[in-house]
Amino acid sequence: MPSMSLFLSQLFNGLATGLLLALISTGLTIIYGTLGVINFAHGALFVVGGYAGYTVYGLTGSFVLAVAGGAAVALACGLVMERGLMRKYYSRPPEDQILVTFGISIILVEIVRGLYGGVSLSVTPPDWGTGIARIGSLIYPLYRLETLGIAAVTLLLLYFVLYRTSLGLIVRAGIEDAQMVNALGINVKRTFLLVFGIGAMAAGFAGVINSPIVALTPDMGFRYLVESFVVVVIGGVGSFPGAVVGGIIAGEILSLTAMINPQYSDVMLFVAMALVLIFRPQGLMGQEGRE
Amino acid sequence: MKDNNSLGQAMQAQVKRRSVLKAGAAGVAGGMLLPATARVAMAEDKKPLGAWPAGANGDSVFVGLTVDLTGPYSAQGAEQKNGYELAAEQINAGAPQVQKLSPLIKKGILGKKLVLGSADAETKPNTGVQAATRFIHDNKALMVAGSTSSAVAIALQKVCNREHTPYFTAISGSNETTGVDCQRYGFRLCYFAYMACKAIAPVVAKELGKNRKAAYLTPDYTYGHTTTQSMKEFTEKEGWKTVTNQVHPLGAKDYSSYLINIANTDADVLVVVAYGADAANAIKQAKQFGLLDKMKIVIPYMSAYLEKEVGADIMQGVYAAQGFWWTMQDNNPVAKDFVEAYEKKFGGKPRDSAMYAYLALVLWADAVERAKSFYPVDVVKALEAGEVRDSPVGKVTFRAEDHQGIVDFPILRGKKPADMKNPEDFFEIVQVVNGKDVLPTVGLLGCKMGGYA
Repeated sequence: MPSMSLFLSQLFNGLATGLLLALISTGLTIIYGTLGVINFAHGALFVVGGYAGYTVYGLTGSFVLAVAGGAAVALACGLVMERGLMRKYYSRPPEDQILVTFGISIILVEIVRGLYGGVSLSVTPPDWGTGIARIGSLIYPLYRLETLGIAAVTLLLLYFVLYRTSLGLIVRAGIEDAQMVNALGINVKRTFLLVFGIGAMAAGFAGVINSPIVALTPDMGFRYLVESFVVVVIGGVGSFPGAVVGGIIAGEILSLTAMINPQYSDVMLFVAMALVLIFRPQGLMGQEGRE
Repeated sequence: MKDNNSLGQAMQAQVKRRSVLKAGAAGVAGGMLLPATARVAMAEDKKPLGAWPAGANGDSVFVGLTVDLTGPYSAQGAEQKNGYELAAEQINAGAPQVQKLSPLIKKGILGKKLVLGSADAETKPNTGVQAATRFIHDNKALMVAGSTSSAVAIALQKVCNREHTPYFTAISGSNETTGVDCQRYGFRLCYFAYMACKAIAPVVAKELGKNRKAAYLTPDYTYGHTTTQSMKEFTEKEGWKTVTNQVHPLGAKDYSSYLINIANTDADVLVVVAYGADAANAIKQAKQFGLLDKMKIVIPYMSAYLEKEVGADIMQGVYAAQGFWWTMQDNNPVAKDFVEAYEKKFGGKPRDSAMYAYLALVLWADAVERAKSFYPVDVVKALEAGEVRDSPVGKVTFRAEDHQGIVDFPILRGKKPADMKNPEDFFEIVQVVNGKDVLPTVGLLGCKMGGYA
C-alpha cells in the first residue's frame, strides 16, 4: 500500500501535470470551439514553438524573450496556415480539414528535423526556475511548480479574451451567419484569422513553457497531440473550461495509476476516455448536439 | 479502387512472384544473357528464392534499408543510414580501408555496383515490415538491413526469413532477437541485453559497491523487459537488491510520476534501461527532481548520442555499455580508418549505430564474395562458416547456431567536464569486453533455427 506522503506527492504531481496538459490542449479546443476545425497540426505547432524558443533562448539568453519568440513564430505559422489554406476548408467536410492539417503537421516536423536534426536538445530552465522546492515531504522541481502558476494565469487570460470580450461572440455569430455579421460592419474573415492565430500561438507558447522539462525532439508533438485529444474529449470538445477539467483529470489519472502500477498509466487514460464517451459522449463540460 | 487493387496484388504477390520469376528466369537463361555465376546456379537447378535471381541479373544489386528516421529512436536511425552509405561508397570504390576488413572486396560486389534504398520504419513493426516487403518485391532487394527497436527488428527478421532474404539488424538489444526468435535468414551483429548486463554488472559492483539498491526505468516492450530481467539477474548475483521497476510506455515524455515513486524508495542506483530520446527525457527529469544528488546512474545498453543529449555535467561518473566508442581508434587501425572516413563524409564522430551498420554491409559483401554468388542459401552458409574478420571493435564473426555476432564492446565511464580533451571526449573506456566471454551458451534462451529453403 502506498504511503500517505507518496499519495499526496502524486496527487500534487497530477495537478501540475494536468494544468500543463490543459495548457497544451487549449489551442486545440479554441480553434475547434470557435471555428469548428480539428487542427491536427496542433502538435507540430507545439514543436515549432519549442524549437523557435530554443533558438531565441540561445541567442539572447532570456527565457522571457524565448517564450515571446516561440509564441510569435507559432502565431506566424498559424496566420499563414489560415490565410493560405484553412480559409478554403471551413465549408469543407471535417475529413478534409483533418487531412490538410495532418499534412501541414508532417511538413512542419520535417522542416524542424531538417534544421535541427534528430538528436534531442536540452533547454535549461531560467535562473528563477532552477532548483528544487520542498513542500513538506514532497520534493519538486521549482520550474515545474512555477509552470503550474504560469499555466493557471495563461488559461484565465485566454478564457477572458475569448469568452468575456466581444471577440468570441463575433466568431460564433460569424460561423452561424457570416453574411449577416459582415452586414453589421464586422470583418468576419479577419476575426477568423485572429482566432486561428491565437490557437496556434497558444500551442507555440505551451511548447516553449514545456521545453525545459523535456528533451526536445521533432517527434514529440505527436504524443502531445494524442494526449491533447484525450484531454479535450474527456472535458468536452470545444469547451474551454472542459480542457482545463479534462487536463486535470488526465494528469491525476496518469499520476495515481503510475503510483500503483506504472505499466497501466497510459491504458487507464484511454479507459477514462472510453467511459466518458459511453456515458457522456459530449464530454464532461461539452454541450449536447453542438456541431 | 486503386487501393483495393494493390491490396489484392500484395496478397497474391507470393504466388505471382514465383511464377513470374520462373518464367522470366527460364526465358532469359534460354537466351544465354545471364552472367556466368547465375548460369552455373541455373545448371545446378537452384530454385528462385526471395528476389534471387531477378535481383542479381543486372549491373547493380539493391539493398533495402529499414531505418527508424522518425520516432523516439530517430537519431540512431539517421546515424545508421550514414554508416550504410559510407560502407556502400567504400565497397563500390574498392577502397583500401574496406579491403582491410575483407580482402576479397574489389570494386562493388561480384563486380556489381551496390545500390542502397532507404525507408523510414518509424520505430513501428508494421511500417518496417511494409518497407521490407516493398524492397524485396518491387526493388528486388537481395539484402535488408536496419533497426533500432527490437520490436521492429524481430518483425523484420520474420518477414525476411519468410522471403528468404538475408536480414541484418543494426541495433537490437532484446534477448529475444537471436535468443528466442532466431531465424535462418536473420543476423544480429551487435551486442545485446544479456551480454551487456553480464559484462557491466561485475564492473559496477566493483566500482559502486556490492550492496546497492537499484531502481529501474523500463520501456514497455521486448527490449525493455529482457534487459531489465538480465540486469536484475546479473546484479543480484553481485549482491545488489532491486527495489522498484518502473515500466513506462515507449516514447513517454513525462517521467515525473515514475521518478516520484523512485524518490520514495531507498534506492541508491538508477538503472536506466530506457533508450534514445526516452533515456534523455528520463535522465534529464531525474536530475530536475534532485534524484541524481543521491543516486548513481547505470545504463546497461546506452544509445548513441545520449551523452550529447543530456550533457557532460550529468554524464560524469555514469557507467554505460555501448557497442563502440570512437577513442577505440587509439588501439585499432581499422577503427581509426572508420572514424576518419566517417568524420570526413558526415562531420562529427561516429557512434555504435553507424559502426554496426557499416560493418553489417561489409560482412554481407564479404560473405557474397566468399560464396561467389548472391544465392541466399549460399550467402547464409558463408555467413555461418565462422570466418573471422577485423572490425573497428576487434575480431568479429557470427555464431552458426543462432546467428548472433561474436563481438567485443566497451564499458564506458562519463568523464568530468574538466577532463574532456575535446567536445566529443565524453567517456573513458573502463574495459573492452570480450564478446565471447559474455555470450549466453547456445540454446540457453530457447532458439530453434529453421531450414534454408
